[in-house]
This record gives sequence, structure tokens and C-alpha cells, in this order.
Amino acid sequence: MSEFLQQLLNGISLGAIYALIALGYTMVYGVLRFINFAHSDVFMVGAFVGYYLGRLLPEHTILGGITVLVGAMIACALLGMTIERLAYRPLRGAPTLNVLITAIGVSLLLEYTGQLVFGATPRTFPAIFPVAQFEVGGLVISSNQLMVIGVSIVLMVVLQLIVFRTRIGTAMRAVSLNPNAARLVGVNNDVVISFTFGLGSALAAAGGILYAINYPSIDPLMGVMPGLKAFVAAILGGIGNIPGAALGGLLLGTVETFVSGSQFSTYKDAIAFGILIIILLFRPAGLLGKFTVEKV
Amino acid sequence: MIPRLHRLLQTARLVLLAGAVGLATVRADDAPKPWKVGAYASLTGSEATWGQSYERGSRLAIDEINAAGGVLGRPLELVIDDNRSKSGDSATIVRKLISRDKVIAVLGEVSSGRSLEAAPFCQQMRIPMISNGSNPKVTEVGDYIFRVAYIDPFQGAVMARFAREHLHITRVGLLTDTTNAYAVGLGRFFKERFMHEGGIVALEQRYSGSERDFKAQLTALRAASVDAIFVPGYYTEVGLIAVQARELGFRGPILGGDGWASPQLAELAGAALHDTYYCDNFSLESNDPVTRRFIERYRARYQVDPDSIAPLAYDAVALLADALTRAGSAQPAKLRQALATTSGFAGVSGSLTIDAKRNPQKPAYVVGFRDGQYRLVTTIAP
Repeated sequence: MSEFLQQLLNGISLGAIYALIALGYTMVYGVLRFINFAHSDVFMVGAFVGYYLGRLLPEHTILGGITVLVGAMIACALLGMTIERLAYRPLRGAPTLNVLITAIGVSLLLEYTGQLVFGATPRTFPAIFPVAQFEVGGLVISSNQLMVIGVSIVLMVVLQLIVFRTRIGTAMRAVSLNPNAARLVGVNNDVVISFTFGLGSALAAAGGILYAINYPSIDPLMGVMPGLKAFVAAILGGIGNIPGAALGGLLLGTVETFVSGSQFSTYKDAIAFGILIIILLFRPAGLLGKFTVEKV
Repeated sequence: MIPRLHRLLQTARLVLLAGAVGLATVRADDAPKPWKVGAYASLTGSEATWGQSYERGSRLAIDEINAAGGVLGRPLELVIDDNRSKSGDSATIVRKLISRDKVIAVLGEVSSGRSLEAAPFCQQMRIPMISNGSNPKVTEVGDYIFRVAYIDPFQGAVMARFAREHLHITRVGLLTDTTNAYAVGLGRFFKERFMHEGGIVALEQRYSGSERDFKAQLTALRAASVDAIFVPGYYTEVGLIAVQARELGFRGPILGGDGWASPQLAELAGAALHDTYYCDNFSLESNDPVTRRFIERYRARYQVDPDSIAPLAYDAVALLADALTRAGSAQPAKLRQALATTSGFAGVSGSLTIDAKRNPQKPAYVVGFRDGQYRLVTTIAP
């Protein structure tokens, strides 16, 4: 029983990170109807910004940790907006496939620029937050796991508030529903899209920092696998749907952890992706997604 | 007419001058041509500290040999190339080293997996290769493939005996990287010997290289109530495994092989390494005078302590130079024969003798983490 609970906790803390990254994919898809493949590399840049900031600040302090987290989120929000301005905005109105290929290009650009600037050698991420372990029954809970779960919940609540309780959130939903109609009623689509990219990238940076705190070895290609998993999580939950992305992330993380802990650990990706295929067979729009008919 | 003749003479003089300069350069080129020695190493990527140490060790050896007059009157020249710690690049690099750079021998790699990628081509081209990999399959590729590291059956047996006799462990769990030939082999040899010594292997968990999250496997191992965990992997993953094992409250010993040997391990895992042990090719605390002198020269040149990779790289170069001297030429068959008959060679990682399977016979050092670094616990002879 304690093993089951421990694995559940491991799974949720891994899934929370997937969920944070998945939110970025899903938001951009919701507004622009394309998959921003460079998102997983913004996640990597977030971890590296955290690495450099963390070395400047004292280790093991809550204030220092929060500064690093917020600093990386701001830096990546700016990076996300810059990418959108330079790479995607000129292609507005072009076929989705062109934008998709540009996104792959931007992704590779970030990865290999990262190798050039940061070097291909893995770095050890500093311990920015205080570390402690608690034992509850047979269950061992580390402060890092609580941190991941706590920060993810806070960020998701904030995101939900922004999307449903603010003017810019209303504008985002309007653009997502129908960009042309939104423009007709006076929404500045460029600002909304730029904001969406900034918000998504900030969440990716937070994911990157949380990931690096838990797995303190970072390198320029670290975003590839978590990015892919988060992308799957976003589809699993129903792409374009914010609670769906969170649900998909948690589900994927938990399934992966339980498979890893069994005798079939090396098949964990195969099994996790197999489940994805099965779910999509029965619910093609994802768990929480609504199936919409394309209007001609 | 006369000015033209004058110009003609001038041109002729220029041509002559150019010819003389050309001759002079040709003569300068004539000075002893170096023996080119190829090396492929992980200079960047997840096992970068290995490649960098490998380069330092081999450069030190080459510069010392050249300062002493080279081999057979000709200096050695190192041609080293980076495989970025990735599988798939090594064969291409070695192909280039042999076909384009015309190297007389190939050095590398520290990783068994990457050694296995390059070995078949060296064997096919009849160019001797000296590896650091410890998986037995590396030298089984053919009679041109040698190594300076001890092999995994020995290393696995050493750690199994150490766990049983020194740490008195009865139940052990394994966490193996299934994408790594070295880890799979070492894990199997450890398991066989540990059971042979009367121990119980309670559970074997697996992961596939470059993963970050091992909590699930470690939770399962903890639930199987093992006394110790054997992790036959490479240092980047081992560091993350040690941290996560301690985070999950596992306090028992964690054991491993020479894949742990990197200063980056302590940087990554720090205090989580308390009560961890591994088996190494080299110890800074060795009393061997040859080893002591090497450590001093290495420190003087690089301002750091050598890890266990640098001395093996040094030995690979020294072994090659020794064989080249005895062979009298770089003719592959003769060089191979000379390497194969190496006996009692005073290497900086201990005296080594190449056996019939082209593996060295040499002692192993078991090191344990104490006061922020790995220190010698015991030496086990072959």
C-alpha cells in the first residue's frame, strides 16, 4: 500500500511538470491552431536561465528560489514573444503546415544554439530551494515534490483566473473562438497572440526550473523528451482545452511512473503512448476536448 | 631588345629563386615524419569528462615520449575527434581517421558501446585499436582489438565479493541501463557472482539511457527491502539515481563499477553519495612509484588530480609506443604481434600483461565516498 501511494506521489509530481509544459502547447493551439514545437526548447532555456541566476544568488533560500523562478519566467516570456514576433507573425495567414515547419526550425535553432552557447556537457543545477524530507507512515515526501505540486497548482489557478476573469483573457478566448470576428469587435489580435506566447513560455520556464530542481542535470537537449510527453499530454486531454492539458499531464506522469516501477520499466514509453492511441480511438478529441465540425 | 633581354633574365632569376625556396621547404618536410595516432573520444556531451580526461592523459604521454626523442627517431602525433557522447558517430570518425589521416593505430573509447561501434572497422582494416571499454565483447571483435582496462567479469566479481565480505550484504537490488552494453554486461556478471557467493538478488529494475526520473524504479527497489543497490551505469545517471534514492529515504549502500569515475559525480550528487562504493582502475592513493610520478606530472601540467580515465589513456599511448619500438615499424601485423606479446609493462595504472584474449591482467581498486571524495577502501588483485 505504501509503495502504491509512493508511486502515486512520484507520478503526480512528474505529471505536474508535464502539465505545466502541456498548458503552453494547448494555449498556443487554442489561439493559433498550430503546434509550437519550439515550446520544449523554451523549457530548456528556462532551466539554463535558472542555472545562471541560481549561481548568482545564495542557495537553499526560499526568497532566492522564488527570484530564480520568476526571473526565468520573465526571461522566457520575452523569448517566447520574440520568437512569435520574428518567426511566426510574418507567416500569419500562410498555410498551417508552413508555420509548423518554421516551428521545427526554431526548435532546432534553439537546441543547437544552446549547444554552442551553453556547451553540450550536462551542467549540475544548483539547489536553489531549501531541501527536506518528511516521513508520513511509510511514505517519504521530499520538499521538492511538494514544491513541484504546489507551484503547479498555483500557476494553473493563476492561469485559469487570467483566462476567465480578465479583459485580456476574454480577448484570448474571443480570438480562439473566431479571430476575424474578434478583430471586428476591436480586439487587437497581435497583442493577444503575443501575450499568449509570453504566458505559455513563462509556464514552460517554470516547468524547466521545477524539472531541474528534481533532476539536477541539465543540457541543451533536455527539453526533447519532456516536450514530446507534454505534447502528448495536451492531445490526451484535448488540445486547446486548459483543464484537459493539466489532466493529460497528470495522467501520463502517473501511468509512466507505475509502468517504470513494474517489471516492464523499459516499455514505459511504449505503454504510455499505447494508452494514448487507445484513448484517441475512443475519444478522438481527447478526454475533455469537444469534437467540432470544420465549417467550410 | 636589350630591356626585353633584361626582363627575361630577371624572370629567370625569379623562377630559380622560387625553385630554391621550394627545395628548401621540401627539405624541411623531410625531417622525421610523425607517427599519426588516431583517437575518438567523448569530448562533449553526457560523458564529456571522460573524453577530456582521455585527451589530457594521451597528450601528456605523447609529449613526454616526443621530448625523449620519439619512437624509432620519429615523433608521435595525436589526431583526436569528438563523438559528442552519442552512439552512431564513432564508426564514421574511425573510418575517417584510418582512410584520410592514415593513422597507425586507434585509441578509444572509454565507453564499451562506442568501442564496439568502431572496433569492426579497425579489425577489417587491420589497424590495432586500444580501448578502455570493459565489456568482454570489445576485444572479441578480433585479434587487432586490445584494451587497457580490466574486464567486467572481473569487475563484477570484485564488487560482488566486496558486497558480501566487506559490507555483509545479503539482499541486493539492481538498477540497470538496458541501452548500455557495459551496464548490461556488468550487471549480469555481478548478479551471477553475488548469487554464487550466497547472496540474494531480490529485484532487478531497468532504465534506458539519458533518463532523468528514477523514482519509480527506486520505490519498487525500496519496497523489495533490499540492503544495497548495484547500479552499473554511467556517472550522469548514477548521480541522479543517488540523489533520488536518498530523497526516497533509502539509506543503504549503493555500489557500481568504473562507469562512475568522474569528478562530476560528486558535484551532481554531493552528500547523497555517502555510503557508496565503486570499483576503479586507478587510485590516487596508490604507492606504486610509477603511479606517484605520473600523478605529480599530471598535477603540474593540468592543475587537477587525474581521474581514472587519464592514466588509462596515458597507458594506452605508452603501450603503443612500447610495441612500436619492439616491432621496429608500424607495419600492422608486426605492431599487432608486439602489442599481443606485452608482458609486465610498467603502466601508470599498475603493471599490465596482455593475455591471450588481448585483455590486461591488473589489480582493481574499490573506493568509497568519505569527506567529500572517493578514497581507497581496498585493493583486489586479479
